[in-house]
Amino acid sequence: MCLECGCGLPGPTRIDGKPADEVSSPLVEGVEAPNHSHTHSHDGYTHSHDHLHDHEHDHPHDHGHDHSHTHRQIDVHQAIFTANDRLAERNRGFFRGMEVFVVNVVSSPGSGKTMLLTKTIEALGEDMHVGVIVGDLETDNDARRLRTTGAPVVQISTGTLCHLDAEMVARAVGGMDLKALDILVIENVGNLVCPSGFDLGEDLRVALLSVTEGEDKPLKYPPLFRFADAVVVSKMDLAVACEFDRDAALDNIRRVNPRADVFEVSAKTGEGMDAWRDYLNRMRTRRGSLTSRP
Amino acid sequence: MHEVGIVQSALDIAESQARAAGATKIHEIRLRIGQMTGIVPEALEHAMTVLRGGTLAENAELTVEYVPAVCWCVSCEKEFAPKGLFGECPDCRVPSADIRRGMELEIVSLEVD
Ligand SMILES: Nc1nc2c(ncn2[C@@H]2O[C@H](COP(=O)(O)OP(=O)(O)OP(=O)(O)O)[C@@H](O)[C@H]2O)c(=O)[nH]1
Ligand SMILES: [Mg+2]
Ligand SMILES: [Zn+2]
Repeated sequence: MCLECGCGLPGPTRIDGKPADEVSSPLVEGVEAPNHSHTHSHDGYTHSHDHLHDHEHDHPHDHGHDHSHTHRQIDVHQAIFTANDRLAERNRGFFRGMEVFVVNVVSSPGSGKTMLLTKTIEALGEDMHVGVIVGDLETDNDARRLRTTGAPVVQISTGTLCHLDAEMVARAVGGMDLKALDILVIENVGNLVCPSGFDLGEDLRVALLSVTEGEDKPLKYPPLFRFADAVVVSKMDLAVACEFDRDAALDNIRRVNPRADVFEVSAKTGEGMDAWRDYLNRMRTRRGSLTSRP
Repeated sequence: MHEVGIVQSALDIAESQARAAGATKIHEIRLRIGQMTGIVPEALEHAMTVLRGGTLAENAELTVEYVPAVCWCVSCEKEFAPKGLFGECPDCRVPSADIRRGMELEIVSLEVD
């Protein structure tokens, strides 16, 4: 199913152990993905007639074989959105309606997503209600680790698929009480390439770069960092041992994404956690004030 | 990066427009793609050969007009053409967050019968 990277055959996606298409969700049931091409096709139709004559002359048949009719041009001029983009927009609208702030966390495998999220939920405190969706190929180890915080956790097992997509998330929230949540964090499948191509409908995308991965990751895998709103440099407690070149890393992040907010954090020692937590609170409040405007 | 989804979506749009115009065959689909989208034309073509089977565009060609990027440098107060995906000013080396051209991703027109 992931033709993007050819990373495996379609595996049965499961949500908390159940086949994903048996999980009911208000976001999926009985609704087709909105089809932009349909709504615009009438413009295109008129348009094509307006231009028909010019284009017939522009494109004469001079390539050998006989046709009794001519090619004609249809002007379309339409932005391309993928099916995932459309579903992600639906998710986003739904999340706004539920007044839940959604964060999508991406990184290579083992950069420290689960540990950062566990500590972040603790740091946010009891007054902030956080829910989690965690994507993994197999095993529910991460889900179990995250549940120790007391937060509701839904696990998506993607089988062989290397990323979450908007539809999986739409299904996964079916069983969650979003109204009771302030923040929904989504731990994406650990992968450096594919998750960056799939909008889930989040408000904030966070990419992790652990100090053990090397400073040049952002240059080697630009999209992961390029489409992030924030970058967390993780496992800072290991920076010295790894001879992590901080300046080079920050420079590389800035080259790929000059707009990203950057945090240096150790989930293990708590270094930098306050600034990171305050940032999340701030971004959530800002999003809230934008949506409540008439 | 998401070339497959883009080609799928372009094919959907092309087919519905072609049908609405009473066409029976799509010979060519023309796209405009900006440099800063990071989309790889070869990957688009590959996706096209995989996905076009069984559609009106079964034998159609994909033509891509590649739009070079233009960024604005706030320090030098001028436009520049960045190299690759990094919008770095060639004079002051400061990365630009102001991409003025190069984010295009659209289906421009179709050639049909
Ligand atoms: N020293 C140190 N180790 C860390 C830190 N954060 C995570 N780790 C360790 O790094 C390993 C991977 O951490 P995880 O949180 O499981 O990473 P992940 O990104 O969720 O991994 P996947 O879900 O498999 O992609 C574990 O052994 C963690 O204990 C940190 O801040 N400091
Ligand atoms: Mg994890
Ligand atoms: Zn400059």
